[in-house]
Amino acid sequence: MTLHDTAPTPLPLRAPVTLTMAAALNAAIQDAMRDDPTVVLFGEDVGPLGGVFRVTDGLYAEFGESRVSDSPLAESGIVGTAIGMAMYGLRPVVEMQFDAFSYPAFEQIVSHVAKMRNRTRGRIQLPLVIRIPYAGDIGGVEHHSDSSEAYWTATPGLTVVSPSNPADAYSMLREAITSDDPVIFLEPKSRYWAKAELSLPVRTAAMNTAVVLREGTDVTLIAYGPTVKTAVATAELAVAEGLSIEVVDLRSLSPFDDETVGASVRKTSRAAVLHEAAQFGGYGAEVAARLTERNFFHLAAPILRITGFDIPYPSPKLEEYFLPTPDRILAALGTWEWN
Amino acid sequence: MPHHCVMSLNVESLVESPLAAPRPLRLIDDTGRAANPDEAGGLVLPDPATLLSLYRRMVVARRFDVQVTALTRQGRLATYPSALGQEACEIAAVAALGPEDWLFPTYRDSMALLTRGVPAEHILASFRGDWHSGYDQNAHRIAPQATPLATQALHAVGLATASKLKRDATVALTLLGDGATSEGDAHEAFNFAAVWQAPVVFVVQNNQFAISVPLDKQMRCRTIADKAIGYGMPGYFVDGNDVAAMYAVTSTAVQNARAGQGPTLIEGLTYRMEAHTNSDDPSRYRDAGDLEIWRRRDPITRLDTYLGEIGALSDAERADIRAEAEDLAADTRECMTRSAPVDPLELFEHVYATPRAALAEQRAFLAVELAEHAAASVAADTAESSTAQSGGTR
Ligand SMILES: Cc1ncc(C[n+]2csc(CCOP(=O)(O)OP(=O)(O)O)c2C)c(N)n1
Ligand SMILES: [Mg+2]
Repeated sequence: MTLHDTAPTPLPLRAPVTLTMAAALNAAIQDAMRDDPTVVLFGEDVGPLGGVFRVTDGLYAEFGESRVSDSPLAESGIVGTAIGMAMYGLRPVVEMQFDAFSYPAFEQIVSHVAKMRNRTRGRIQLPLVIRIPYAGDIGGVEHHSDSSEAYWTATPGLTVVSPSNPADAYSMLREAITSDDPVIFLEPKSRYWAKAELSLPVRTAAMNTAVVLREGTDVTLIAYGPTVKTAVATAELAVAEGLSIEVVDLRSLSPFDDETVGASVRKTSRAAVLHEAAQFGGYGAEVAARLTERNFFHLAAPILRITGFDIPYPSPKLEEYFLPTPDRILAALGTWEWN
Repeated sequence: MPHHCVMSLNVESLVESPLAAPRPLRLIDDTGRAANPDEAGGLVLPDPATLLSLYRRMVVARRFDVQVTALTRQGRLATYPSALGQEACEIAAVAALGPEDWLFPTYRDSMALLTRGVPAEHILASFRGDWHSGYDQNAHRIAPQATPLATQALHAVGLATASKLKRDATVALTLLGDGATSEGDAHEAFNFAAVWQAPVVFVVQNNQFAISVPLDKQMRCRTIADKAIGYGMPGYFVDGNDVAAMYAVTSTAVQNARAGQGPTLIEGLTYRMEAHTNSDDPSRYRDAGDLEIWRRRDPITRLDTYLGEIGALSDAERADIRAEAEDLAADTRECMTRSAPVDPLELFEHVYATPRAALAEQRAFLAVELAEHAAASVAADTAESSTAQSGGTR
């Protein structure tokens, strides 16, 4: 019934089409729902409207009210009922409309989604996906640009992933839907309109692995979700300065792919981690600490965190001063002693 | 009276209770005539001077709203949630309050802010992306416009309770949407208010949609006002496009709260005439024909007809009100031409009352970066060199 069970018969590749990340996510849900009748979708405005970012466009028309529905406007209710559905054999895919609007569901996610499997000694598992349009850089007014990843990654029991491009968006969402563990699926809003040519159903690297997106020899820039694009832009700029930057796209925040990231850091001996979220207690602290613990004697310099400031996410006109930019990243790398 | 939300409760006591009428209370009907007494539910029609003042404020607020929507279409604001068609609810809520009272609005309620005296420029600061809340909340006694739905309702209950504990006369009024009543916070607010007998008034603007989702996907009871029964407070289902009825009910609720009689839940039945915000496309989820039906129930047109027929609104007064509205629209356009005073370094100023070294350090970092950028652009302007970039100091 699930993709895992039917693995030997992959669908034929369709002709390549140019898709935005939003469209790739849409195709992933559509294909998952066609393959598996237990996949159901609900949330706020995901029905006839197709979601405020149109990620669920057309799904209501295709699958009808019993599988795609606009729920009452209550995030705790959405996640709480998804738990019950998952206990009874469904695979719910639910949407929190924006990161900050997932907070009413915090109790359900942290106390139940994350802990159900452990408290029941594995007897009850929750194969559900919580999709969250994630982070900023879209000129959004307050509460529309939060980066909440550290709340989720600090919670044992949750799998937390974030794609940075349309191919990964498709592949990782399909894998998340077939996972028997609950997945927090962070969709970088600023990348919803990024385009790529894809032959579906595309399969990229496994959901829980990091990938080296661009090879380099001097520095490893570790990024995920929205900051991957910034890291790549920085690497391109750095060429002119004679600096060779390797870009690692984490893809999976929890679990953390120690093997891939560690190998890159040992190769370059220098690393910086990027995120939009504030630095203090942010996800970058975990990245820097664990890489340092495991690779200390390979490091030529302390691992840097290049992040948003330790302040609430700013209003649209001030957001450019908050977000890590290629210039700011290069300046930060320039603070190391080189040679 | 049959009531399908109730199963085995004592029906007699419910008949006695202030269960909302199945038809909305109204004083002036769609056509601008005085409503039948059976529709008025004992409400008293406000006097002509009060009605005229409500009329003036609705006309002015609408002009503002229409102007801001136009500016938003021109790309001058990041977003704007219009309340076109909801003027009666917005204006009645504010008119019912005294200067010592507090208002807890949402993103939708810019007209209410305007009516309570907030300058247009200060209202628009948040929508044009300058700062999160651009007005003086304490001076106007208006909390920041809330976006996380229903959260402000609890704040209103808390403030009202504090007022009660201090034996003050201050009442809190919060505006909520129909969709927001599904949130846990709305239910907690209703219950806390009733249990604590807080001097608070909940005005739910039932504009029948939560973005794309119609009210019948939110709830199965007849009216939102019916919910008040379950919490043990009075609930009123009111024609939200009849400012006379909205004002009569809301001002009574405010007076009752002030007199120590606890909270009231008011539902104003209205319609969101515009898109949810400028980035929404209502043609995906609702029938344009409904707009026509609701245009015929317009809150301003009906009061215009009523006041005209009782001889309380002359053409000269109409022209005068129109002129006031046009002046405001012109001021609003003009304020959008002035560039907003946003200072990136202010980002660090208000986060904590107790200064932190880390933030001072980050502020200093940004100050240096800004100075370098300024110097670099001066250098570029004088065509000396464009290589004075930050970074790359290896
Ligand atoms: C907790 C929370 N969840 C979701 C949202 C996103 N959102 C903003 S407005 C809105 C619809 C609200 O509808 P309603 O309460 O009826 O108010 P209206 O916009 O119609 O005035 C939604 C879902 C939010 N702001 N807060
Ligand atoms: Mg509504």
